Formats: sequence, structure tokens, C-alpha cells
Amino acid sequence: MLAATLAPFVLAVFAPFVRRRVGDSAGWALAVLPAALFIYFAQFLGPVASGETFIFSTEWVPALGIALSFYVDGLSLLFALLITFIGTFIVLYAGAYLKGHADLGRFFMFVLMFMGSMLGLVLADNVVTLFVFWELTSITSFLLIGFNHDKARSRRAALQALVVTGGGGLALLAGLLLMAQVGGSMELSTLLADGDVLREHPWYLAILVLVLAGAFTKSAQVPFHFWLPNAMEAPTPVSAYLHSATMVKAGVYLLARMNPGLGGTDIWQIILMSFGGATLLTGAILALRNTDLKLMLAQTTVASLGLLVFLIGIGEPLAIQAAMAYLFAHSMFKGALFMVAGSIDHGTGTRDVRRLSGLGRVMPFTAAAAGLAALSMSGLPPFFGFIAKEWVYKGTLDGSLPLLLTAVAITGNALMFAVAFLVGFKPFFGKPGDTPHKPHEGSVGLWIGALTLAALSLIFGLFSGLAETFFIGPAAVAVAGVPMVVDLYLWGGFKAPVVASIITVALGAFFFWQGARLSAFLARVVDALWGPDKGYDQFMDGLIGLARAVTNLFQTGHLRRYMLFTFLTLAAVLVLPQVMLGNGFVVKAPPIDLLVWAIGLLAFVGALAIPFTRSRLAAIMLMGVLGLSVAFVFLLFGAPDLAFTQLMVETLSVVILALVLARLPVFGTDWRGYPRFVRDALIAGAIGIAMATLLVSITSVPLDLTLSEFFSARSYTEAYGRNIVNVILVDFRALDTLGEIAVVAVAGVAVLCLLAFRHIDHDSEDKPEASS
Amino acid sequence: MEIVLAILVGCLFAISAYLLLSSSLIRLILGVFVLGNATHLMIFVLGRLTRENPPLIEYGLKVAEPGIANPLPQALILTAIVISFSLFAFLLVLSYRAYQSLGTINTDEMRVAEPEPTGTLLRGRDV
Amino acid sequence: MNSLILRTAVPALAGLMLLFSIYVLLRGHNEPGGGFIGGLIGASAFAIYTIAEGLASARRALIVPPITIAGVGLFLAAISGIVSLLFGDAFLTGQWWFPAFNPDLKYFSSVVLFDIGVYLVVVGAISGIAFALEERE
Repeated sequence: MLAATLAPFVLAVFAPFVRRRVGDSAGWALAVLPAALFIYFAQFLGPVASGETFIFSTEWVPALGIALSFYVDGLSLLFALLITFIGTFIVLYAGAYLKGHADLGRFFMFVLMFMGSMLGLVLADNVVTLFVFWELTSITSFLLIGFNHDKARSRRAALQALVVTGGGGLALLAGLLLMAQVGGSMELSTLLADGDVLREHPWYLAILVLVLAGAFTKSAQVPFHFWLPNAMEAPTPVSAYLHSATMVKAGVYLLARMNPGLGGTDIWQIILMSFGGATLLTGAILALRNTDLKLMLAQTTVASLGLLVFLIGIGEPLAIQAAMAYLFAHSMFKGALFMVAGSIDHGTGTRDVRRLSGLGRVMPFTAAAAGLAALSMSGLPPFFGFIAKEWVYKGTLDGSLPLLLTAVAITGNALMFAVAFLVGFKPFFGKPGDTPHKPHEGSVGLWIGALTLAALSLIFGLFSGLAETFFIGPAAVAVAGVPMVVDLYLWGGFKAPVVASIITVALGAFFFWQGARLSAFLARVVDALWGPDKGYDQFMDGLIGLARAVTNLFQTGHLRRYMLFTFLTLAAVLVLPQVMLGNGFVVKAPPIDLLVWAIGLLAFVGALAIPFTRSRLAAIMLMGVLGLSVAFVFLLFGAPDLAFTQLMVETLSVVILALVLARLPVFGTDWRGYPRFVRDALIAGAIGIAMATLLVSITSVPLDLTLSEFFSARSYTEAYGRNIVNVILVDFRALDTLGEIAVVAVAGVAVLCLLAFRHIDHDSEDKPEASS
Repeated sequence: MEIVLAILVGCLFAISAYLLLSSSLIRLILGVFVLGNATHLMIFVLGRLTRENPPLIEYGLKVAEPGIANPLPQALILTAIVISFSLFAFLLVLSYRAYQSLGTINTDEMRVAEPEPTGTLLRGRDV
Repeated sequence: MNSLILRTAVPALAGLMLLFSIYVLLRGHNEPGGGFIGGLIGASAFAIYTIAEGLASARRALIVPPITIAGVGLFLAAISGIVSLLFGDAFLTGQWWFPAFNPDLKYFSSVVLFDIGVYLVVVGAISGIAFALEERE
């Protein structure tokens, strides 16, 4: 299973070489892999149909509970089969569609990478594995949308898709990790087996919102629906594969997968039904507003995704069956129609539905595929789309507000009916239209996929038992989490769903008849409105503006300003906790030890005078005073090594200071003006007082001396040294010391370099004017 | 006894912070010097103070007598002193070179790496 | 610097300081002292000598460039760590050799070698800095 998931990635690496070697027919060679994977997954059909599930697990990061584990049940198998089956034809189609394109090899690489990611996503059992593959699909989608990277629109669409779906992915990660925390397992199969634990936990709402954020962004639900039509900038094979048949269904997959664990609550139903319903209507209306074939299909995809979310939200057994049936039907007819749209574009040079007509005679195979797929999409018998639509109405009639739900579904379906006819029939009938190219049928790769998928829509409609036993039944059981009877049929007598279908067809026919007028009207209305697509731009502009404002506030280029922010933060960090939590020290009167007081005072006076000194000599001397006082403190409190070192450093500092300061301009005064003086002094004072109180409160509690005692006890017995400090330095902690002497050596080298470069500097570079 | 040195450490931190907020490179270096001393003293105080009893093991004994000064902070400070001295020397030379190349020791006038922002929302105000 | 007293006294003083620095280095394992302190004293000796006698003469006295000394020191310290690898211990574990003629002489070890490395690094780096600064344009 792991090999099956990783195989596309491996082949992806070699795809460009295959393309270079085999040439434009590389599609036929590369399609062998998805076909083989399809056969591999098909072997699971029998066992899964009889109720078995499979888990394959390989260790990945065992310490964190992360495993490369995969779970095969009805739902994941349905998706895996769709991905590999449609993927096979997409690879063929891409080979023909992008024939002669310079970057075809790269394209195959991305498509295969996507295929592997998508397989991993639907098969993953471990939440982290799921997330990794989820993000991989976002990334490959980004690469594919931006395939024509020399076009600004493509780049924007790619980035937009990445920002929206990637942002949702982060929310999903948080939700999944919370779920794992609550359920005590990283494996979905374990987590979902006992959904009540999740549903009754106080974090349920947080988990739900986070997971839904991931699902809704990926599956382009309102208000995140805007990225999907923009993603149509990608080459058509990508639109057919990622943005209709597979990737955008990942969100639907996630919801279906989570249904046993998170579903069934009121809030779940309300959110899913309202967002799904809104998406259905928005997508369907926007589809009619457009005249570009691909954009129309994209908007109906949004609508279909809304319908799926809507059905999962209803959550009744019939609704779930309907969701699975519709998902199955949609993948076939929408995949086919996208390929048809691509073929028309390829054959005529335009995708504008207003300019296309009469293609049926010159493009017979494409026309056949388009007709079959459009009939399935419009939900007419005996196509599988009809069964799916019947089940949709069964599901809505089964829900809690049957009339409202059914009305929403009918409106959406009727609009999609109109679009189906506009896309599937209008271009092929009537007088030949005025197109940039002379229309011609493409090579076999361009229509074989569409025709196969469209034909399957008919076959599964006629032999609905096949779909029921192997695909819809096991998937619906997996989604519901409980056994149920699934019985799909074409004709169940003249009942309510059939009535709904008739209304749909009538309404749809009306929309089709008024199509051009409606479209023009909608175009005027929609374009005048503010939409999330514009909102996205405003959001990004705002983000950049904010970043610029923050940068300008902090990064002024004045070192002083950086210091100011640093010390303000330091003061806040030191002062606030002590003020809010108290520092808990008891002031004990120190013993009167005149020597210590005197040295302390000397150090203090020496240091205090430094800011006020105006001469170099005085500064050097004052630093000497401070350094020597500190050395004396070390000596006084039993640290002769330190005192000694400090003394020597002091001597050397004076030497070096004298050497450098002699070459710098005179000191002058450091008077900063009253406002700055007061501000700086306040900050400095706050830091000083906070440091002192912090130290007092730390030293008033006992110190854990374990380490010191360890060193004291072993210094002689194990390291044969009587000077414990030195033994720590050169033996116990010698590695630290090695690092430290390396720093000293580097400082020496750095100084040498700085001084050595001055000759070069003086010869070649002009001194910048010193502004005053 | 810790309290006396704690107050001294606080004073030294305050003085170094004040110096580091200056726009004169030389004052900045002096601030780094004071900061180093303040930090060493702070670590020293954190390890608790013991009068005149260095962490040495007497000849003839195998284990140190109780009551010696805490050796661990001393080992930390010893390397810290040497390193902060190296840093100090490096800073000195760096400022000297900066002065040679830029002709100023005022950090406000050193704008080679970050020139005055142009056409932005907020110009670097003098605060 | 043209002070007669300085010029007369410094060579002797610097020599004594250098000797003292080695003494401090070697006694560091059992008494106050060690590589860091010894190194600083040694560097001071060179610094004073440079001030009194001039850079050229100081460079002659040191024979090799100071930064080379620092490099050698770093190398020695690293070698002392690798020695323990040869004996199958972790990097920088102390290795001791107790001479047969006096087993109580607990002195010859990789640890002392390490300390000598520290000494050389400090002497080399800091005199290097002092020399570089002394060098007039």
C-alpha cells in the first residue's frame, strides 16, 4: 500500500526523462502506472464489498505516534479508484492536449506527484499522514495552476489557491491534533470508532470549526468558493482532474470521513446544510452568468460540491447514499465535460459558448461524449446522474425541513440542468459558428477519456446494481459508520422524487431557453457587487500594508531605536510578572560588612560616572575602577581564579582601549535633551530595579546544589584535580570550553580581517559624506 | 550579603542600559563593558556567596570540605569574562573601522545598510 | 613610547611575566590558575613588550604570527579530545598516564594538554588583536 502511494512520486521524478526519450507519446507510456494502480485497487473491491477493511502501517516517527498508516474501506477505495481511473485518462489526455509543449515533462511530473498525494490523502489513517498529503495536494495544485507561469493571471490564481487551501490546511492540522489529543490516538480508524468521546468533549466545537475550515477551503464552499473558478487558469487536464474530479472533493471526503466522529450533532447539521446550500445556489447562479465553457463548468463544480456538503449535513442514511451516488456520478460526467471543453478549445481556439455551434459534424466523438455526459449531468434517465438526483431528492425529503431542502436542491439542479445543455449540446448543433481555428477533431487521446467516462455514466445507470454493490454501498456504510441497506434503482414508481425531477427538468428547460438573457442580466448584477475575490485582493493588500507599517515602525535604521525596543521589551518582561504575581521576597537586613559595602559603593560610583564623563582618559580610568572593584568582589567571596582573570582582562582592556580611543574623535558630551534623558533614564531605572528585585527574590529561596556537589565530589576522585573550577573547565565541561576558545580564536581572526581590509577599502571606496 | 550585591547588579544594569540607548558608538561600547560586568556579578550572586573559601580540595583530602564556594558559577563566569573581553575588543575594532569608513561615530548617521525609507507610511521620526 | 625606565625594565618584566604565565598554567589543576588566566598573563606580557619596544621587535620575539599560535592551541585542544576516541571513550574524556617511576604523579594527561591548548588560544588571539591595533597605517 505504501509502495502504491509512493509509486507516482517515484515515477514523477523520471517523467521528464521519459518525455525526452519517448517524445510526445509519453502520455501512453506514463498512463501505464495509474492503470496498474487501478487494477491493484480493484482487487480490494470484492473483500470491501463484503464488509472487510484493511489497515497497512509502516513506522515513521514512532516517538510522536506518527505512522505511515493507510486504511482501506468503502469510502477510501471509492476515491482511490476514481483517482487512478480518471488519472489514467488524464495522463493520456494531457499527452494529446499539450502535445509539443516544451514543459510537458514537467507537467507530467506535477500530475503524477498530485496523484500520489491524493491517493495518500484519501487512504491515510494517521492524522499527521493525512495532513502531510493534504498539504501536498495544495502544493501540487499550486504548481499546476501556475503551470503557465509567464502569465500574471496564472500566478495570481496559483498563489490565491495556495493561500486559501494552505491556510485551511493549517486550521485542519490544529483540528486534527486536538482530535488526537481528545481521542487519545493518532489513527482515524480508532478515533472515529467511538465518536461520542469527541462529540461530548468540551473541545468539540473548536475541533469542528477547525476541521470545517480545512474542508470548506479545500472544497471551495462559500465564502471560499472564489479560488476555484480562478484556478481555471490551469491547463484543462488539470481542471478536469484536480478541480472537478478529485482534489476539490478532498474537503467532501474529509467531511464524509469525519461523519462518524464529528457528525450527527445539531451544529454540524446546521453549518453543513447552510454553507452547502448557499454554495449550491451561488455556484449554480454564477455558472449561468459566465459564457466561458470552463468557467461555467467550474461554477457548477462549486455548486455540486455545495450539494455534497449539504447532503452530508443532512446525515440521514438516504442523504448519505445520495451524497456518495452524486459524488460518483459527478466525477464521471464533470471529468468528461471538462475534457470536452478542452477538446473544443483545442479544436476551435475558443471556449466562448456564444460563438460555438454546429461542431457535431466535425467533432463526432467529442460530441457523443459531451451529449452523454450532459444527459447524466442534467439528471435524465437512464443515466447514473438520474439515479443520483433521485436519491438527492429522497435525501432532502428525508431531512428535517423537507420542503425547504428540496426547494434548494431543485433550484440548484435546475440551474445545472441549463448549464449542462449549454455546454453539452449547444456547441454541437446548429450552423457552424465563427471560430478562430477551423474546427477539427483531435487525436484519440483527446476524446477517449471523455467518451469512456460518459459511457460509464450510461452503463452504471443501466446496471445500477454494479455501482450499488461495489461503490455506493460500501462507501455509504463507511460514511455512516453503521450498516445500512443500499438499493439503487432507476425506476421506483411515480413518487415524490420523480415529481421533483419533473419540476427540475421543467425549470431547467426554462433557464436554458432564457439562458442568454439571464446570463447577461446576471453578469451586470454580479459584476457590480463586491465579492470575496475582490475581498481576497483587499485582504492581501491590507496584509502587505500592515507588514510595511510594522516594518517602518520598528526598522527605522536607527540603532538607538532598536535598542529602545529591545530594552522596552526587556523592562516589560522583567517588571510585569513581578508586579502581577509578586516577587515574594523578604528583605533581610544584610550583615554590616563594611568591606563589602565599600567595594560595592566604589563599583557603583565608578560605573555611575561613566555616562557623564567627557574625556577618554577619565572613561578608561572609570572602567578600570569598576573592573577592579568587581575583581575584588570575586576575591572576597572565594573566587581567586575569577579575581585573577578579571585583573588580567582589566589590564588588557585598558591597553586596547587606549590604542583604539586614541584614534577615535573626541568624546564630547552625551547629553540627549530632557525628553530623551528622562525616557532613557526611566527605562534604564526600571530595568535596574527589576533586576535587583528579581535577584533578591531568587537568592532568598534555597539553591539546588546537585551539580555543584557532583563536581566537588568527583573533582579529585575521578579527574585528579584539586582546583574544582579548573577541572570543570578542562575536564567535566571541556566540550563547552572547546567551543569557547574557538570563539576567542575567531574573534582574533575577525579583528585581523577587519584591520587588514582597510587598505583595500581606502583604495577602492569613497567615504560617504558625513551628514551633520 | 546577597542583597548588597543584588542592588549593585541592578545599578550596573541600569547604567549599561542608559549607555546602550545612546547614539554615540563609544558610549555604546562602554555600555557593553558595564553590561558584561553586571552579568558576571549576577551569575556570581545567583550561585550564592561564601566568604573567602575558594573551591579547592585541600592536599590530603579526596573530597572538598563542606562550606566551600560554589564552583559551578565560577567556571561559567571565567569563560564568560574571556569571551566578553574578546567581544569587547572586536567591538572596539569594529567601531574604529566604522569610523574610518563612514567618518562618524553617531549611529544615527550610519545609514549604509538601511537607507532612509522613502515613500512609506511612517518615516523614521526622531524620538 | 620613549621612556627610558620602561624600555629598560620591560624586557625583563615581560620575560618574567611569560615565565609566570606558564607557571600559572601548569599549576592550574590543583591551585588557582589554569589556561585562561595563564593565557591572559602571557598576552599582557606581549602587550607590554609591544608598547615598550615596538611592534617589529615584538613580532621578532614571538617568532611566529600570533594567530598561528591561536590556531595551534585550538588544534591541540581538539587533539586532546580525539585521544580519548582512540581509547574508546567519548570525545574529550580525560585520559591519564601514571608514570611507573612515580604512580602518585597525577599529571600527564589529555586534560593538561587541553589546558595548554586553551592557553595558546588566549595568548595567540589576544596578542594578535593587540599587534593589529598597534600597527600604524
